[in-house]
Amino acid sequence: MAKRDSTPTDIELKRTEEPSELLRELVAHLRQNRTQLREEWVVRISETRLLTAMTKEEIFAEATSVYDSYVEALETEAFEALQAYARNLSERIIPRGVETHEVVGIVLLLRDVLARSLFAKYQTDFKKLNRILDAYEPAANRIANTVAVGFVQERERVIRQQQEAIRELSTPVLQVRERLLILPIIGVIDPQRARQLTEQLLRGIRTNRAKVVVIDITGVAAMDVTVANHLVQTVEASRLLGATVIVTGLSPEIAQTLVTIGVDLGKMNTVGDLQGGIEQAERLLGYKVASITEPN
Amino acid sequence: MEVPILKQGAFLIATFQAALSDADLNQLRMGLVQQVVKFRSRAVIVDVTAMDVMDSFASRTLREIAHMIRLRGAETVIVGIQPEVAFAMVQLGLTLEGVATALDLEEGLAYLNEKFKITN
Repeated sequence: MAKRDSTPTDIELKRTEEPSELLRELVAHLRQNRTQLREEWVVRISETRLLTAMTKEEIFAEATSVYDSYVEALETEAFEALQAYARNLSERIIPRGVETHEVVGIVLLLRDVLARSLFAKYQTDFKKLNRILDAYEPAANRIANTVAVGFVQERERVIRQQQEAIRELSTPVLQVRERLLILPIIGVIDPQRARQLTEQLLRGIRTNRAKVVVIDITGVAAMDVTVANHLVQTVEASRLLGATVIVTGLSPEIAQTLVTIGVDLGKMNTVGDLQGGIEQAERLLGYKVASITEPN
Repeated sequence: MEVPILKQGAFLIATFQAALSDADLNQLRMGLVQQVVKFRSRAVIVDVTAMDVMDSFASRTLREIAHMIRLRGAETVIVGIQPEVAFAMVQLGLTLEGVATALDLEEGLAYLNEKFKITN
């Protein structure tokens, strides 16, 4: 029997564990010391001023579930489950105003807290510590990566959703008289929104059997050549459905753009402002607006 | 495939089916003008509601029909262009310039009646 030594002999080394055994040992250690390590982590989180948008109780609750999921991921290596958990967590905390760097920050802090505890536990057995870290580090890094990616994916999903909502909100096609539609456009038009606008308008013309459409672009500051062409196409396509388009509210900049791209202004019916546009539309439709009270 | 041409008072109505071949379009062009001459029609309504695509040949044919009919002193109105078709057409630069258009048959007839002030 070998003398007791601070470093293991080769015989003992041969008896050493498989990586999966090492992982089990380390997971067991993390579970055993769960309360203490989680507490340490929460302290570190507030020291580094992360998750300031959340209350202490909330942080504690989330920390518990993150810790458990972390250890479970180490154990099972089920990273898809972890990513799903990360997206789920993100869905909860993004509305609270938590930023990407905070999420990545706390996961890395947890990785450090757990690593330190491993250093502490195996400090007398350097070779074993190395083997434990060989098992721990790749898994821990993969966890940090997975959580960060899950968080970012969720943010991107929310952004896409919001963009879609904004697009729908901001292009209403409104019927103001029989056969008269108004399309007030506000904000920035990119080619995608321009295309959506056109489709919506054409469908609206057909549904409402509109004969005149007033497209008001007072709320549009600038328009590039591509979008200006879309506008011209919208006018032409509307004509193919039997509707006349009056464009109102062109800013000087947009007027310049239209002239630059050589728009045949004979083809485009324009009026200075929305009021004038509606009045002309009413004339085209044969309406006359008269005051109820007659002057004496 | 024969395109049916119906007489409605002083007007002719030609209803396109979906998927007309180039030969069908050529035949229609001659046929319509002959009918305008025969019946001394004031106008022709071409109903393309059933067409779900409009290529450049079809578009050019429609313009030619309108021009030939105008030479006989008659008006042409294209009706029933679908929103998706209209969108695709303008993107290809097929604008049917110089040809009257209306939403559908009802609107086309209303337009012509207004124009010629014909009372039924």
